[in-house]
Amino acid sequence: MFYIYCPHCGEHREEEEFHAKGQAHIVRPIDPAACDDKAWGEYLFFRKNPRGLHHELWIHAAGCRKFFNMTRDTVTYEIKEIYKIGEQPSVVAGNKLAGNK
Amino acid sequence: MQRYSGFGLLKHSLTHHENWQRVWRNPTPKKEYDVIIIGGGGHGLATAYYLAKEHGITNVAVIEKGYLGGGNTARNTTIVRSNYLWDESAHLYEHAMKLWEGLSQDLNYNVMFSQRGVLNLGHTLQDMRDIQRRVSANRLNGIDGEVLDPQQIKEIVPHMDCSDNTRYPIMGASWQPRGGVARHDAVAWGFARGADAYGVDMLQETEVVDLVIEDGAIVGVKTNKYGVIKAGRVGSVVAGNSGVIAKMAGFDLPIESHPLQAMVSEPIKPILDTVVMSNHVHGYVSQSDKGDLVIGAGIDGWNGYGQRGSFPTIEHTMQAIVELFPIFSRVRLNRQWGGIVDTCPDACPIISKTPVENLFFNCGWGTGGFKATPGSGHVFAASLATGEMHPMAKPFSMFRFHDGALIDEHGAAGVAH
Repeated sequence: MFYIYCPHCGEHREEEEFHAKGQAHIVRPIDPAACDDKAWGEYLFFRKNPRGLHHELWIHAAGCRKFFNMTRDTVTYEIKEIYKIGEQPSVVAGNKLAGNK
Repeated sequence: MQRYSGFGLLKHSLTHHENWQRVWRNPTPKKEYDVIIIGGGGHGLATAYYLAKEHGITNVAVIEKGYLGGGNTARNTTIVRSNYLWDESAHLYEHAMKLWEGLSQDLNYNVMFSQRGVLNLGHTLQDMRDIQRRVSANRLNGIDGEVLDPQQIKEIVPHMDCSDNTRYPIMGASWQPRGGVARHDAVAWGFARGADAYGVDMLQETEVVDLVIEDGAIVGVKTNKYGVIKAGRVGSVVAGNSGVIAKMAGFDLPIESHPLQAMVSEPIKPILDTVVMSNHVHGYVSQSDKGDLVIGAGIDGWNGYGQRGSFPTIEHTMQAIVELFPIFSRVRLNRQWGGIVDTCPDACPIISKTPVENLFFNCGWGTGGFKATPGSGHVFAASLATGEMHPMAKPFSMFRFHDGALIDEHGAAGVAH
């Protein structure tokens, strides 16, 4: 069970108020019509599925209904960092301790 | 292999059952195999068994990082059915169903396959339209199915609340009489024993740490215990960890790993002699031979490899079960656990060649792989033996996510996950 800090509400709330929406930082191709099948298929369906640090998008569905990003360890389930949309994570794979502790 | 029989049981009782043969060997690996299968769960062991039995390829190793059948094979809720909507998946799961029906005899191992019927409940008009459509599609594919009204459901499951007094009254159900449950561990053990009898080496507590790829073709695997073991072909059947193996091979899969939880109650006297599944209130329940109610529902929505999930998911599951069966409300839960399921965007598996020559993947079964165990092994073995995908496996290519030929089984399969 997660106890999640919503950066918009400025409070910790229980997991039930939130929905995980999958991988964060997915960039829509600027010109979709120019994509070949491989590029478009990868944009639609292929997601990072790391065993370890994962940057993901969450929504505070039963709260402020705003999106934010989370960096979380998919093995220990430890939440490493919460940051707003448009920001970049400071905790990244291979740099596990940066900005943490 | 020592065959099991009533007579054998009697004979061994004379020596206090102390002289039974070990069910499988614990071999030292050879330097080279024709086929290496990564992952010793039900699907991997079934693949090894059918490779040896149907294709005469016995120089095979199954490499398992834990113990045989210790992953999702040991963690699922043991439901077997084949009432899938689309032709491709219906054919595949029905292929498995036919193998299930003769499996105990074939393996000379009691997998306790019990065709006690599966009910998929409908609680809304749209549920009922989907059920009508799915049952019709099933019948056209030669799969048994009926649409039942609440009165008929009540006759099958008298303890279920089929009245109008619930939040989501039961409006009907699809009924597959040939569906049922099987003893999940026995399936892995039976296939392992069968494969071992043909000379397949099963290497437990051995982890594949890297793949050996030369000129775009796989030539072996690197293990933590035995170094490099060479192989003609390699099949990866590692469920939740498929993404990890794909990464070693240098390509991506459209798979996300999620925790899926299940739980059992304390053992109670026989009360439920069928399988009840509900898509809408979202839960499924059956009773094991030991008497436990075996309960499951949906995945946790976030990615996770930790083999455990969150409490809200358990709570939602229990709400659904108690809504259906108010009589269960005071039954205590005994155990709860989680497995890692590898879910595909279209809720269908990947049984496929890969960009690496001679490396084949069987994964992405998501939340419903157990029912397919023999069928999956059967078609994957044929593909590994010939180097060409079995016709039933062809639609499940990993390249469908590029060419768009998805097989959308979301929800249509009875229970959405």
